[in-house]
This record gives sequence, structure tokens and C-alpha cells, in this order.
Amino acid sequence: MQQDYAGIGIFFLIAAVFPMIVLATAWLVRPKRPSPEKLSTYECGLETQGSTWVQFKISYFLYALIFVVFDVETVFLYPWAVRFSSLGLFAFVEMVIFIAILVIGLWYAWKEGALEWM
Amino acid sequence: MDKLFVNAGAGLEQWMVSGLGLSSIITNLIMVVIQVAMILSFVLLNVLYLVYLERKLSAYWQQRLGPNRVGPRGLLQTTLDVIKLISKEDIVPQAADRKVFKLASIIVFIPAVMLYAVIPFGKDMIAVDLNMGVFYFIAISSTTTIAFLMAGWGSNNKYSLIGGMRAVAQMVSYEIPFVFSILGVIMLTGSLRMSDIVAAQNDVWFIVLQPVAFLIFFIAGTAELNRAPFDLPEGEQELVAGATTEYSGMRWALFFLAEYANLIAMSALAVTLFLGGPAGPWAPSWIWFIVKVYIMIYVFMWMRWTFPRIRIDHLMHFNWKFLLPLSLANILVTGVGIKIYQWFIQ
Repeated sequence: MQQDYAGIGIFFLIAAVFPMIVLATAWLVRPKRPSPEKLSTYECGLETQGSTWVQFKISYFLYALIFVVFDVETVFLYPWAVRFSSLGLFAFVEMVIFIAILVIGLWYAWKEGALEWM
Repeated sequence: MDKLFVNAGAGLEQWMVSGLGLSSIITNLIMVVIQVAMILSFVLLNVLYLVYLERKLSAYWQQRLGPNRVGPRGLLQTTLDVIKLISKEDIVPQAADRKVFKLASIIVFIPAVMLYAVIPFGKDMIAVDLNMGVFYFIAISSTTTIAFLMAGWGSNNKYSLIGGMRAVAQMVSYEIPFVFSILGVIMLTGSLRMSDIVAAQNDVWFIVLQPVAFLIFFIAGTAELNRAPFDLPEGEQELVAGATTEYSGMRWALFFLAEYANLIAMSALAVTLFLGGPAGPWAPSWIWFIVKVYIMIYVFMWMRWTFPRIRIDHLMHFNWKFLLPLSLANILVTGVGIKIYQWFIQ
């Protein structure tokens, strides 16, 4: 068990070190001649106007909120699915009720227009 | 032949224990390092030729010739592209948030490699056979989102920011039906371990028992990979290159590499969950794995070059108002089906 996760740790380490090695190799061979024009922000050849980091469209946040609700639901659903065939009818009905409550939530969000892209 | 790699690994392990006198824990760790190195080279080699394959296939679908100058039939094109990319200047815009900008190109690569830890490449050929393999895959693959947000925000470029935001919104939304479609398979198997899921498909592939789940999985998977018709985050006609607009040289190559590595991983997951995994008659299992994965990749590419990009409001409505209720209904139908089946068996 712990050895399994040590293996995952090795995967993480190599996955993190490999791009650094690649970038270091590129750093050794590539040219370095920066100029103000080269380092300016790309906007199809025009000078950039105004700030980029502005307040952003609220729709993205609404979707993120609904996402959190359903993502937490999956955490409950997975253990239930693993033990599904041995749990019997009671657990199945219980989970149907649980999903039904969330479907009502989805229906409410739908009705209130949270799912609309404005 | 079937046990070629397994036996080679076992022989090496045996030699390290008896020949070099190392303890079993250290030997295990060294074996994992060798496995990661092999997986990494497998992925890199495949990515190199997937790029070539995609360019060539798209050319044939559009009645062009595709790359055909460098090497026989253009086979060396992508190899030389990599050499070119390594020698390109690395431009970090003056206005960018330098730390976030640079870190994003490394972070995008980490989940792309970590996904392969639980992929069964053949019979007994899983690097780390976790008892929650599928869940691990979902958890790791969802962290790709962070890299896109970092790249989009750190670039301080309007195209990048819109691209990054779109990538997050899309990947987060389509993760829900993606996760729910896998639930049907888990209910049939009763385990999250990849080897158990492969073993459970000995008699019949889950694509037969779960056709709707497979379709949802495939559509949501395409969206998770940001491939056409769901390539809004990239959208080259409107957003130049989305979150990667400001990247150049090797940093950009890392994003590209991660994209194709994710494509292979997603196809491998589809093969494991729905197409019987690496099992198959006559040929060794690892050959079956590669054949099945390439069939899935072919379908992904076919989709990409056949369908036009869809609008962002259609994208969101399709997910939340169609795929999500459908995937919930699929879980319900699967549950009722299993209960009825058990009732008749007993």
C-alpha cells in the first residue's frame, strides 16, 4: 500500500524533473537576444490597450459553483458504486433519493437561469 | 511473447536481489524508476509520431499531401521540428507574471506523465496497480486545468486570458458527465482497480453493456482534451492559440507534448474501461493494447477533422442540459438493470 504511493511519488518526481531537464537543455543551445519589441505583449501587431487583469464574466463563476456541488456528489457516489452489488435494495433506493435531491437542485439552477450563457 | 516485458522485469528484479544483494524495497523502487523511464520514452516516441500521423491523416481527409519533404514520406518532419524547437529563443513577455508563466509549462506536463501510473499496458503490466486506480486517473487528469489557468493568467495577454478561462470552464463542466459515465462501469465491476476492471471484461466488453456511458465518456473526453469540435480554448481563428499564445520554443513544446500525452492516456483509459483492456486472442496483450489505443486515437482525430467548432453557449447548454441528466439517468438504469439481473439469478 505505502509502496504503491512511493511509486506514485517517483512518478511525480520524474514527471517534474523531466521538463526542467528539457528546458535546461534548450537554455544551453538557444539564442538569447531580447529586444523591447520582441518582449511586448502579442496582440496582432498592435499596441495593447488597457489592463488584461480585469473583472471577468460572472457566468464562469456560476458554472464553477454548480460544478462544486456535483463534484462533491461524485465523492459520495464512488464508494457506493464499488459496493453496489453487495449492498442490497435499501442502499440503492437511498442513493436514488440522494440523486433526486441534487436533480431538484439542478432543476432550480436551470429555472433561475444559472445554466444560461449570457 | 505475452510475458516478454513481465519476465524481463522479473529477471532484472531477481538479478538485483540475488546478484547485487539489494533489499526488496529498494529493488521495487528501482523497478518503478525503470518503468517510469520506459513509459516516458513510450509516450514521447508515440507523441512524436502522433503529430506526424495527425498531420498526414488530416491532409488526406482534406485532399492534401501533408508533410512529405523531410525524409521518406516526411517521416523525419516531427523529429526535426523538435530539434528546431529546442534551438528556438525562449520569449517571456515583459508584462507577464514571470514565475506563473514559467511554472505553468512545467505543471502542465506533470499530470500528463502521472496518468500513466495506472494504465494497464498489457497483462500484469501496470506500473502501480492502485486499489483506487480509476479515481486516481480522474483526480490527476483534472489538475491539468490549473496549468491552463496559470498560463492564461500569467501571460498577461487578452487572448491567453480568454483562452485560459474557457479552458477552465469547459474542462470543469465536462468533468461531471465524464466522471458519471465511468460510474456505470464501476457498478458492474465493484472495484476501482484497473486490473479488476480488465478482468471483469473477460466475457463481454463494457461497451456492449454500457453503450450510452461510452458515448458520454467519448464526448466528455474530447472536451477534456480540448480537441475539436470542443477546441474553443484554443480556437485559432479567434484566440490565436488560447492560453499558449505567448509561449515559444521549448515551453510551448511542453504544452504540445502534454496535449498529445493526454490524448494517448485518454484513449488508453477508454480502452481499459470499455474495450476490454489489453486482453485479446492470438497476439500478445501489449500488441492488442497498442492496436486498440491507436483505433481510439484514430476516432479522436477523425472527429477533430470532421466536425466544425461549436459555439460556447451551445457547448455549455449541451453539457449541463443534456449530458449531465443523461449520465444520471444512465446510472439509474444501470442500477435497476443490475438489481433485476441479480433478482433473476437468485
